[in-house]
Amino acid sequence: MATAERKIDAPAPAPETKAFWDAASAGRLVIKRCAACGESHYYPRSICPFCGSDKTEWRDVSGRGTIYTYSVMRRAPVPYAIAYVTLEEGVTMMTNIVDCDLNAIRVGQKVRVVFKPTDGGPPVPMFTPA
Amino acid sequence: MSINGKAYIAGVYEHPTRKADDKSLAQLHAEVAKGALEDAGLTKADVDGYFCAGDAPGLGGLSMADYMGLKLRHIDTTETGGSSYVIHVTHAAQAIVAGKCNVALITLAGRPRSEGMATGTAPRNAGANTPDVAFEFPFAPATANMYAMAAMRHMHEFGTTSAQLAWIKVAASHHAQHNPHAMLRDVVTVEDVVNSPMITDPLHRLDCCVISDGGGAIIVARPEVAKSLKRPRVKVLGGGEAVKHQMGGKIDLTYTGARWSGPDAFAEAGVTPADIKYASIYDSFTITVLITLEDLGFCAKGQGGKFVSDGNLISGVGKLPFNTDGGGLCNNHPANRGGLTKVVEAVRQLRGEAHPKVQVKNCGIALAHGTGGSLGTRHGSATVIMGRD
Repeated sequence: MATAERKIDAPAPAPETKAFWDAASAGRLVIKRCAACGESHYYPRSICPFCGSDKTEWRDVSGRGTIYTYSVMRRAPVPYAIAYVTLEEGVTMMTNIVDCDLNAIRVGQKVRVVFKPTDGGPPVPMFTPA
Repeated sequence: MSINGKAYIAGVYEHPTRKADDKSLAQLHAEVAKGALEDAGLTKADVDGYFCAGDAPGLGGLSMADYMGLKLRHIDTTETGGSSYVIHVTHAAQAIVAGKCNVALITLAGRPRSEGMATGTAPRNAGANTPDVAFEFPFAPATANMYAMAAMRHMHEFGTTSAQLAWIKVAASHHAQHNPHAMLRDVVTVEDVVNSPMITDPLHRLDCCVISDGGGAIIVARPEVAKSLKRPRVKVLGGGEAVKHQMGGKIDLTYTGARWSGPDAFAEAGVTPADIKYASIYDSFTITVLITLEDLGFCAKGQGGKFVSDGNLISGVGKLPFNTDGGGLCNNHPANRGGLTKVVEAVRQLRGEAHPKVQVKNCGIALAHGTGGSLGTRHGSATVIMGRD
């Protein structure tokens, strides 16, 4: 599969996002939810981008979602599909669609998370057809 | 505090170069500054306000003021990517109204072509302190695939087609054939665009702007100064700016910040989209134009594909002549930042100094719009409306 051949840049965890990457290393996808206003957000922050409260908490999510949009980059050593996936829990995240025929990807397609190794860092959440 | 009629575009200049491997970046900034001052009939000593953005070298405004020998009372280095210079026009007018400067100089320059930059297709890491990088860069976001994702969603929601997007490039090419400085002067067809190589679905090679060296400059002046000069007078009527981002994960790529910057600019100018005789619309990609036209109110949301089709953007043919210099798609996208040249061509139109083959008759009111950053993630939107005095 194409993505397996692409060297994936290692994310650099920051203190406020270390829990996300620790969870990823354990095969779990987590997002931040605000205890004050109830909104979930992505990418994770310590202060809620909706209400400004610092009462944000990590929550496990199902890892299931839907492709909001995508694009297959053809002008690359190894073509790859970048996408936004909307999780069942409501937030939309940037990712890659992997382990599939890149020409068969569709907006609205159901996908599930798979963690892929990076070049010397924690694994990153990608998605594959459910 | 309205800026309507209280500041004028006194000078504009677009560097003729499209490949500047024999010039330094600071030199290009100084050359465009000189060009715009000469166009206005002013000198460097008249400048007391300076505006530049992230393309300026070193400490930006400080390094360039030092290099050019400027004596300043006002400085503004607002950075919103390629839309910066459209915001600078509004900010300069505001500074003039507030009494902070009399003659504002705005410069842009860059050498991405000489530096061999793969502007659209190579992911660029903004650095580990940038909060989104860990959550985006591993997935290889480049410029082109971010705009492509906006196009893909627009097609999904509204049925927009590649052929409709292609009409935007076709119109730009019709204009560029008359511009001797344009990088791409050949007129292309819808078929040429949709048959050009796919870069990142659904954007083809001819949906993407050029990569060029060069730059440009704008002089914004107090009315008393502008009225003492010999050039046709263009006044600033209104401006608007906005930032559109990922909304904490409630992402919607079907609209841009023009949805907010446009109404602000129209309200300040006291005009409506129906009053605009010419529009410079930032065209990093064809999709940028289509979505922006909808957000500015030239057509309803989702109807952009229909609006741009059948030559509606071609001067002398359609209802809304756009980018009559050939725009970023065919003419010039200096420093990977197309906002400044958008203002320049709008001023040419208002002065009656566009190429005769593309000059809009009775062009009394024009709009310039910039989109900087990325439609797919976060961008700055800037609208400025100008009128012939």
